Amino acid sequence: MINWLEKLLPNVFQLGWTGDAGWGTSIFQTLFMTFWSAIFGGVLGIIFGIILVLTKEGGIKQNKFWFNFCDKLVSIFRAIPFVILLAFIAPVTQKIVGTQIGMKAALVPLTLGVFPFYARQVQVALESVEAGKIEAAQSLGATTQDIIFDVYLRESRSELIRVSTVTIISLIGLTAMAGAVGAGGLGNTAISYGYNRFNNDVTWVATLLVVILIFIVQVVGDTFAKKLNHQNR
Amino acid sequence: MSIIELNHIDVDFTQKKGETVKAVDDVTLHIDKGEIYGMVGFSGAGKSTLVRTINLLQKPTSGDITVNGVEFVKNGKQVISSKKLQLERRKIGMIFQHFNLLNETTVLENVAFALKHSDLNDEQLEKRALELLELVDLKDKANFYPVELSGGQQQRVAIARALANEPDILISDEATSALDPQNTNQILELLKKLNKQLGLTVILITHEMEAVKKIATKVAVMENGHIIENGNLKQVFLHPKQELTKRFVGGSLETISTLDSLNLGKLGEDQAVYQLVYSIANVTKSIIIELYRKIGVEVSMLYGNVELLNEEAIGTLVVLVNGDPDKQKQACDFLQKQNVALTKLDEKGNLYD
Repeated sequence: MINWLEKLLPNVFQLGWTGDAGWGTSIFQTLFMTFWSAIFGGVLGIIFGIILVLTKEGGIKQNKFWFNFCDKLVSIFRAIPFVILLAFIAPVTQKIVGTQIGMKAALVPLTLGVFPFYARQVQVALESVEAGKIEAAQSLGATTQDIIFDVYLRESRSELIRVSTVTIISLIGLTAMAGAVGAGGLGNTAISYGYNRFNNDVTWVATLLVVILIFIVQVVGDTFAKKLNHQNR
Repeated sequence: MSIIELNHIDVDFTQKKGETVKAVDDVTLHIDKGEIYGMVGFSGAGKSTLVRTINLLQKPTSGDITVNGVEFVKNGKQVISSKKLQLERRKIGMIFQHFNLLNETTVLENVAFALKHSDLNDEQLEKRALELLELVDLKDKANFYPVELSGGQQQRVAIARALANEPDILISDEATSALDPQNTNQILELLKKLNKQLGLTVILITHEMEAVKKIATKVAVMENGHIIENGNLKQVFLHPKQELTKRFVGGSLETISTLDSLNLGKLGEDQAVYQLVYSIANVTKSIIIELYRKIGVEVSMLYGNVELLNEEAIGTLVVLVNGDPDKQKQACDFLQKQNVALTKLDEKGNLYD
C-alpha cells in the first residue's frame, strides 16, 4: 500500500515529515498562524463589534465620534486586499516582531486582515439580539457590563460561533497567502514545492489537507452552534 | 402622596425629514400607591411612551418625573445619576408584550440575573429565585429554557424576574396582548394577587378594555398623546364623557345603537328614558317590579346588560318609564334611594339636556 502510494505520489514522500519543507512542519505552521491570528484578530474583532453596537444611534452608549471612528477604521482595513496589506504593513511588522518573514511575522498582517471582517460579523450577530431584551435588562437595573456579557454576548453566542467558524475558514485561506512572505504553511507547500516545481502531486495533497482542516472546523463549529442555541428561530 | 408623579410630560420624536411628532403632549398623571392603574388607547396613542418615562426607558423632552419620592427628571433634564438610576430601576419592575426573557439561560438563571447585584451569596440567591418561581407557580420549570415554555408561562417567569428586587411598582406594557384569553386571565389574576398581597402598584398598559375592567381600580384613556379622560374605573366606565372612552367601554355605544334601531320616535309627555346602573350586590330587590307596585309607573325594558368591573357585577338597564311627571319624580327618588345611578337619556340614547 505504502509502496504503491510512493509510486503514485513520489514528490510528496520526498518532502518527508520533518525538516523545513516537511509536511509536519507546514501543517504546524498553518495551525500556528490560524490559531494565534484567530485569537488576536478575534479579540480585536469582538471589541470593535461591541463598540460598534453600543455606540451606534440608539445604542445603550450612543456616541457618534466613537462609532464613526471604529466604523471607518473597519471599513478601510476591509477594503485593502490581503496581498497588498502584507506588503503595506511590512514596516510595522518589522517594528513589532523584529522581522518581516516567517510565521510569527505573518501574524501581524493576518490579525489586521481578519479583524475587520470579524468585527462586522460580530456586529451583525450582536444586532440580532432583540432590542426588547436590552430594555428588559435595563429595566432590571443592569449595568453596561451586565448588558454586554449577560445579554449581548450570551444571547448571540450561537450566532457568534457560526460567524467565528466562517472567519476561521477564511483565515485559513489567508494563511495560504501569507506563505508568500515566507511564512510557510500548507499554502506555501502547495505553491513553492508543488506548483513552481511542476510537482502536481504535492499541490493535490496540500490542497486535500487544507480541505480536511476546513471541514473539521466547519463540523466542530456547526455542532457547538447547534448545541448552544435555545432561540426561537 | 403619589408614588408616581408625572408633571407636564412632553415626548417629541424627530423624524427623518426633520418633522417633530409629539408622542406625549403635556401630560400630568399622578398614581397612588397600591392602585392598579389601567392605561387604554389605540396603538400609537402614546400610552406606552408615556409610561416608559417612569423608569426612563424613554427620556422625556420636558416635564418633571418623581418616582417613590426620588426626582428623576426636572424640567426635562435628568437629575439622577445613571448609577443611582440603576438602583431605582430595580424598584420598578416591568413586563413586556414579548416577555423579553434571556433565551440562552434557564428559567432559574433568568430570575437570578435580576438579583445579580443583591448582597445574597450563591446559595441564598438560588433559594430566593426559587421562591419567586414558586410565587408564579413555576418552580418545577426552574431548569427549563424559556423556549420550552408556553407564552403564559414565559410571562410568569418575566413577572418573577420583575419582582426579584421587591419593587414597589410593576409596569405591564401590553403584557397580555400576545397571549390567548386563558393565559391572559391567568396573568391578570396573578397581577391582582400581587397587588393585594404585596401592595404592589400596577400600571397596566393595554388596548384591551377587558383587561382593565377585570382588575383595574383606576383608568386613563389616551388619544394623540393626551390623557382625554381618567378617574375611578367605575366612574369612567359608567359615565364616559369622551367619544373615544365610550367606544372603549362599549356599553354606552351599545345603548345608543340599540335605541337607534328601536326607533322610539318622539317621546310623549308622560314618557322618559332612563339609564339605570347599579351594583348587583347592592340592589337586591327587583327594582322594576317595585316601581310598578309602589309608585305605579309602567316600566318597559329597552336594553340590559351585566358586566364584571374589578370583580363587581354591574348591571346596566335602559328603561322607558310611563307615568305623569309627579310619578316620574317619585320613581327617580325611589331608584336613587336604592343606590342606582340614574341618567336621563333622550330617545336616541344620548344624554338628555
